[in-house]
Amino acid sequence: MRTFAVARGVAWRTLHTVFTNPSLFIPGIVFPLFFFTAFAGGLSRIDSVPGFDYPPGYTAFQFVFVLLQSAAFGGVFTGFGIARDFEGGFARRLLLAAPHRTGIVLGYALAALARWLVTAAVLTGVALAVGMQIGGDGVDLVGLYSLAVILNFAAILWASGVAMRLRTMQAGPIMQMPVFLILFFAPVYVPLSLLQGWIHAVATVNPLTRVLEAGRGFLAGTPTEVATAFAVAIALAAILWLWALRGLRSAERAG
Amino acid sequence: MSQLAIEARDLVMQYKKGPRAVDSIDLEVNAGEIYGFLGPNGAGKSTTVHILTTLLPPTSGTARVAGHDVISEGPLVRAAIGAALQEAALDPLLTGREHLRLQAALQALSRAVRKPRADELLARVGLEDAADRKVGGYSGGMKRRLDLAMALIHRPRVLFLDEPTTGLDVQSRTALWDEVERLAKRDGVTVFLTTQYLEEADALADRIGIIDHGAIVAAGTPAALKAEIGLCTVEAVPAEGTSAERVSTVLARFGPALDSDHGAAAVRLESAHTGLADVVRALDAEGVEVENLAIHEPTLDDVFLAKTGHKLEGAGAEATEEREPEIEAT
Amino acid sequence: MSQRAFADQVLLLAERSLMRTLRQPANVVFPLVFPLLLLAVNSGGLDAATRIPGFPTDSFVAFALAIPFIQGALFATMNAGTDLARDIQTGFLNRLSLTPMRRIAVLAGQLGGVVTMGFVQALVYLGVGMVIGVRLESGVAGALVLLAFAVLIALGFGALGAFAALRTGSGEAVQGLFPIFFVFLFISSMNMPRNLIEIDWFRTAATANPVSYLIECVRSLIITGWDGRALALGFGTAAVIAVVSLALASWALRTRLARS
Repeated sequence: MRTFAVARGVAWRTLHTVFTNPSLFIPGIVFPLFFFTAFAGGLSRIDSVPGFDYPPGYTAFQFVFVLLQSAAFGGVFTGFGIARDFEGGFARRLLLAAPHRTGIVLGYALAALARWLVTAAVLTGVALAVGMQIGGDGVDLVGLYSLAVILNFAAILWASGVAMRLRTMQAGPIMQMPVFLILFFAPVYVPLSLLQGWIHAVATVNPLTRVLEAGRGFLAGTPTEVATAFAVAIALAAILWLWALRGLRSAERAG
Repeated sequence: MSQLAIEARDLVMQYKKGPRAVDSIDLEVNAGEIYGFLGPNGAGKSTTVHILTTLLPPTSGTARVAGHDVISEGPLVRAAIGAALQEAALDPLLTGREHLRLQAALQALSRAVRKPRADELLARVGLEDAADRKVGGYSGGMKRRLDLAMALIHRPRVLFLDEPTTGLDVQSRTALWDEVERLAKRDGVTVFLTTQYLEEADALADRIGIIDHGAIVAAGTPAALKAEIGLCTVEAVPAEGTSAERVSTVLARFGPALDSDHGAAAVRLESAHTGLADVVRALDAEGVEVENLAIHEPTLDDVFLAKTGHKLEGAGAEATEEREPEIEAT
Repeated sequence: MSQRAFADQVLLLAERSLMRTLRQPANVVFPLVFPLLLLAVNSGGLDAATRIPGFPTDSFVAFALAIPFIQGALFATMNAGTDLARDIQTGFLNRLSLTPMRRIAVLAGQLGGVVTMGFVQALVYLGVGMVIGVRLESGVAGALVLLAFAVLIALGFGALGAFAALRTGSGEAVQGLFPIFFVFLFISSMNMPRNLIEIDWFRTAATANPVSYLIECVRSLIITGWDGRALALGFGTAAVIAVVSLALASWALRTRLARS
């Protein structure tokens, strides 16, 4: 319970910093909206490619990707805040004050989730407003958003592990680049079946592809590879939980 | 009469949305002298330097440097002056030697002269060993020395140094003072030095101008300024068991009371003929015991206090940090 | 001041600008690698788009190769701007202005370095394109025209970055331009020819967006050959951007360096 008290404290402080600073808060909402507009708006003709078969339409197809992308980058943005805390010395204060330091990591994760929920709400609202079709029912949508939540958790764990090891804002690109690559080496613009060549090979082995395709299946009301997708997402989160904890130990050793 | 190296009349700098940073100042600096421009943060020192070095046109008034008008003969002024301004103004990605070569080239020194002149200056400021390292790795003192070397590359007749020793350790500061004295005494360079450090102005300057809130409140040699505000102060620390009030009462016979720290009593002597012995006799006669008794010569801080009503050290804390003069000046 | 002296000043400052860029490996590697990475990812991911009826080529990588040239110009903006902002913040610009250096030499020198980097970047993008099998329909002459175009847009965007730096004196403000450029890049014919954009408002926005014409100019040299209209619109747009940016930057320079 004390761990949770620490987590609550850290989460509150992080969220307070973000929501009172437009320059921190706004990009997290604007960028996903922008990507949604650019991809769904600019590339909608892709639904006329022979073999493209997604009943809810291209807007919904892209919505799933942007939703998962926003979850992943939401974690990374909170990671920037952790790096800033270490660089500014505030993190040392947290390490000294918190009796249960795992609570610190948990607190950052809670903050990342809360931030993302705001983004997800805005994104969903906009998508519905522009007429996005939904084929799935309530259970399917819970499945979709649950996958996004796990992804958000995994991303913040990755970013916090990096931040706690490097303890400087210069860690930003190192946090971002792998997440960017893993997202974009998935079937972003067309389904896996329409990819060819090297990108098809890479996307096939990319764990995120399972998550993405399952998410699209949820939204279409035709769930696919659900167990695999959840297994992959949970495994990723579990591995990155260890990564984050070891990062915490590294930060403790550095003093 | 020696020629004036720097001359300013009624110089004013009024920012559009801000204060009058320079308020009708008159200045005269003789050729070959070291002129100390002393004042707290935000007093107008840097703004004055920016005007005299042609970086900032004044709102009104005139100024001539090295015989040329700063407004109508800007290029001629710049050819005759060197400046090391408040920031060291260096590129962290270039080496010391590259800085000097660039400066030499931009000052239109001939190719044949650039390398030997750079080598000469690097030796003079003690940077030969670090010359080929990037400036980003230099200490504060090294940066200041390189800054000075760059200001001297084209053998200027007038050198402007804007708070050159701020942030330096004692050793670096002393080395810089020695170099400034050498420049003036040996090479005949006129040095216009701004500082907020009393001891720097006292040690280096032939003449001093004291500036506060944009106006010159006093000018003259350090000795003359101190003599002008007069006389010594006496400070006494009561012995244990003796009240400060009893000490103050005795001292009050010799002059008006002054603020003092740590329970001591201090007065400014009214008469030049009063000495420490007189004070000791008076205390003895009253049976007042003191732990410590000292007589102080007036300092430039006393001059500043007498002229402005506040001390120099700690002054300017409430004023905004003297900012880099901005481009919205009228 | 003689023309020779002025040319010397510009060369010196251009040399310094280049040296600074080369000594910050991230400023060299990132503008080269990132656009090519995006090209690889997008080409692979969007290759299926070539099957849309009316798509102008059957190779998406040929279609998308134009984009790195524009992204390279974007990086030119950032680099020119942040370097100049740093000079303002450190006071180095004041130091330069105390020399006989002509004011405009500061800008010319900075842009000289940026344009050189832009040219090198363009060569790299062209080289990579050829290695992965893209053939320029306009041939060798087209490649030369493409390089000239890359220089022109580096100049225009570099001047824009310089303007932002001179006006604000702040590196952060220059970085703040990045999202704006991002929007201009994405709401264009970057990933889809304008005539195949279904969503009306998006197509209208892309048509109004000058970046679309820059992309289409380069693209036409790669996949079409000699398309007079695309070349005229592209070079015209680039020239207008360059002229306006240079004028703004010169004005900001005059205000920033208020010296007599």
